[in-house]
Amino acid sequence: MSTHDTGHSAGSTVKERAKIALNDEFLVNAVKYTTEKLRSGKHTATADHGEWETWRERGRQIRLHTIAHLDYYLTQFARNARAQGVHVHFAATAQEAVDLTMAIAKHKQAKTVVKSKSMVSEELHINKAFEELGIESIETDLGEYIIQLADETPSHIIIPAIHKNRYQIADLLSKEAGETLAPDTKILAGFARRKLREKFLEADIGMTGCNFAIASTGSIVIFENEGNARMVSTVPKTQITLMGMERIIPTWDDLEVMSTLLPRSATGQKLTVYMSGITGPRREADGDGPEEMHVIIIDNGRSQQLGDPEFQELLNCIRCGACLNVCPVYRHIGGHSYGGTYSGPIGAVLTPALKGNVAEWDDIANASSLCGACWEACPVKIPLHDMLIYLRRRKVESGYTAADEKLGMKGFRYVMSDHRKLKLALRAGKLGQKFLVRDGFIKARIGPLKGWNAYRQVPALPSKSFRDSWKHLDQELEQEVGAKQSEAERKMREYLERRGPSHNGHSESHTSPSGTHGNQGGQPHE
Amino acid sequence: MKVSLFITCLSDAMFPRVGEAMAHLLARHGVKLEFPQTQTCCGQPAFNSGYFDEARASARTLLEAFADSDFVISPSGSCTGMIHHYYPKLFEHDPVLLAEANRLVDKTFEFSQFLVQVLGVTDVGAVFPYKVTYHPSCHGSRLLGVKEEPLALLSHVQGLELVPLPFAEDCCGFGGTFAVKMCDISGAMVTEKTDHIIETEAEVLVSLDMGCLLNISGNLRYRGNPVRAMHLAELLYEGVKANVHA
Ligand code: SF4
Repeated sequence: MSTHDTGHSAGSTVKERAKIALNDEFLVNAVKYTTEKLRSGKHTATADHGEWETWRERGRQIRLHTIAHLDYYLTQFARNARAQGVHVHFAATAQEAVDLTMAIAKHKQAKTVVKSKSMVSEELHINKAFEELGIESIETDLGEYIIQLADETPSHIIIPAIHKNRYQIADLLSKEAGETLAPDTKILAGFARRKLREKFLEADIGMTGCNFAIASTGSIVIFENEGNARMVSTVPKTQITLMGMERIIPTWDDLEVMSTLLPRSATGQKLTVYMSGITGPRREADGDGPEEMHVIIIDNGRSQQLGDPEFQELLNCIRCGACLNVCPVYRHIGGHSYGGTYSGPIGAVLTPALKGNVAEWDDIANASSLCGACWEACPVKIPLHDMLIYLRRRKVESGYTAADEKLGMKGFRYVMSDHRKLKLALRAGKLGQKFLVRDGFIKARIGPLKGWNAYRQVPALPSKSFRDSWKHLDQELEQEVGAKQSEAERKMREYLERRGPSHNGHSESHTSPSGTHGNQGGQPHE
Repeated sequence: MKVSLFITCLSDAMFPRVGEAMAHLLARHGVKLEFPQTQTCCGQPAFNSGYFDEARASARTLLEAFADSDFVISPSGSCTGMIHHYYPKLFEHDPVLLAEANRLVDKTFEFSQFLVQVLGVTDVGAVFPYKVTYHPSCHGSRLLGVKEEPLALLSHVQGLELVPLPFAEDCCGFGGTFAVKMCDISGAMVTEKTDHIIETEAEVLVSLDMGCLLNISGNLRYRGNPVRAMHLAELLYEGVKANVHA
């Protein structure tokens, strides 16, 4: 993978890149510091909301419905946007989207493009394409600007420069300024503002992303905190908006839910600082706005998820970054280790899903302990932890697995499909460990214990397993149960009655089972 | 009423004392237990690695072992979570086994869940005069939804001082084969977890899962730290035995 894809991280696998990141103290500290701030902010904001779980479910339902009828809403959006004078284009691939954009830029004889933050533009590597045409394109979101100066890619969906501390940022901006800037947020932001203001005025094209597209009116909606997207979408004469095909919601009413879920989940803000709704180019009575407006709707692997019961929900994602902020793997290895445009739990699933390339799956899907924190944090409840398992399974099904793993699983099946074999295996293990055990523990870093014992010691197998001592234990238990047995049985019967005879916890899909035991499991919440 | 122990392979092989403590506690509350010998493992190691056929071969031993049980109780939030959250998926293409799997879901409980929800017990009469901190296992709390039960049980233990664990909900880095495949990431996670444990100055770390305990206690020992890592059942049973007035 080129350095352009992965930022500054070397190494070709997630494991290798992660190892480099884990040893980068600056990076680990910077990522931990900011993700901790973001997740505690989210915690407070969702608690303050009071009805978070209800709204989460609303959000999920809106997304499920929209994606299930995506063809209908996309058509509606395109029709309504065109009626407002927008040029609507569809791009099946990243290359098509780049070609469409460059054709517009050439036609407009553009020399300078100002961009507001857009993850889909990162997917297209659009800045590189502009550069090749000799067109200057400038990121105007502060974080993106820093990343552009560093010639890296974003390492977080909403905080692109999360892996940099303010000293590193001061160095970068000082170089650009030609003078030494103090590592003070106000001074640094002040410099960037002055610099970017000039660019807004001279730009021929303003390029934006799109958080939500409203089908019923053909509008696009942009969320931001710095006001730069508003400049990008009002000052230049031509506007190009890049939009993933799944960004649609049916109506402005649905935006009420989304505008509650997104900022609270992303940064812990009750509302985003600027929310711009744009319906068509400038009309005569308008004070500002572009004369010409293009919306490029991008597939680039998204439609492959449609109709796939295991992955369709991926398209529900509203790119809030909450799953990154709670992910214990992400906070240790940062975004570049994932090797794709999107990082963290959503990236680990989305990157291989969009590429549809089995050979590239294994490594990234394995970089998770499957703890489910992402699912719990997600404002639209996407079961990413389940999807990671399905990715692993598809990899196995396609035959792209390591030989030793396959052998190990064969062994697992042999031993675990029959308790007698399990018993024999345990006996063999007890004999085999004899030479390794010291004080009841094994420290040797051999075989499968190599990685494990680099950070731990493992206890030896005890001389008797549970099943070995069951006979004896059973007699002891008999004594203990005594007269209390009837009372316990009564309680168990009462419990079953309380729960009801037709109890069935599986009417919903496996990914969102209703609580099976008195409203317990299944849907995590904070 | 037939109540069966689902001991889990990890407790069976490595932590028999946990299964034994759980069995004693349940027996003392009048629960007559049986242990079907044909059970092996819930299949999670294979399932989580994407080997569904291998997972099914193992999971079927549980469907058979507990076919005529009324309740099935396990000392693991993770293995119970596996049954609840994933068995319907694992057997989705076989209507007969799917029906069996759904029945197993309905009757399978994690130990603290059974004590609190079914028996209505929150005070087991234990005395445990130590400073304790609690690590909720990810699968127990998220897949299964067991969050309040262990705390309810701990809060009734006499003499026990429960200190909150910072970032308690963060995964300890076990993740089964993850700890072997991605050993450096897992190592960083468990080290952060034990940093927080040490920070609390607790004498005992308590959890609901042998996987977490194997991981955390292994790292504590590697670091030469004396904090004791215990399963909730072990702690409670030790406390019950220590209570001379009971
Ligand atoms: S998967 Fe969920 S939590 Fe992660 S970015 Fe998407 S919407 Fe946010």
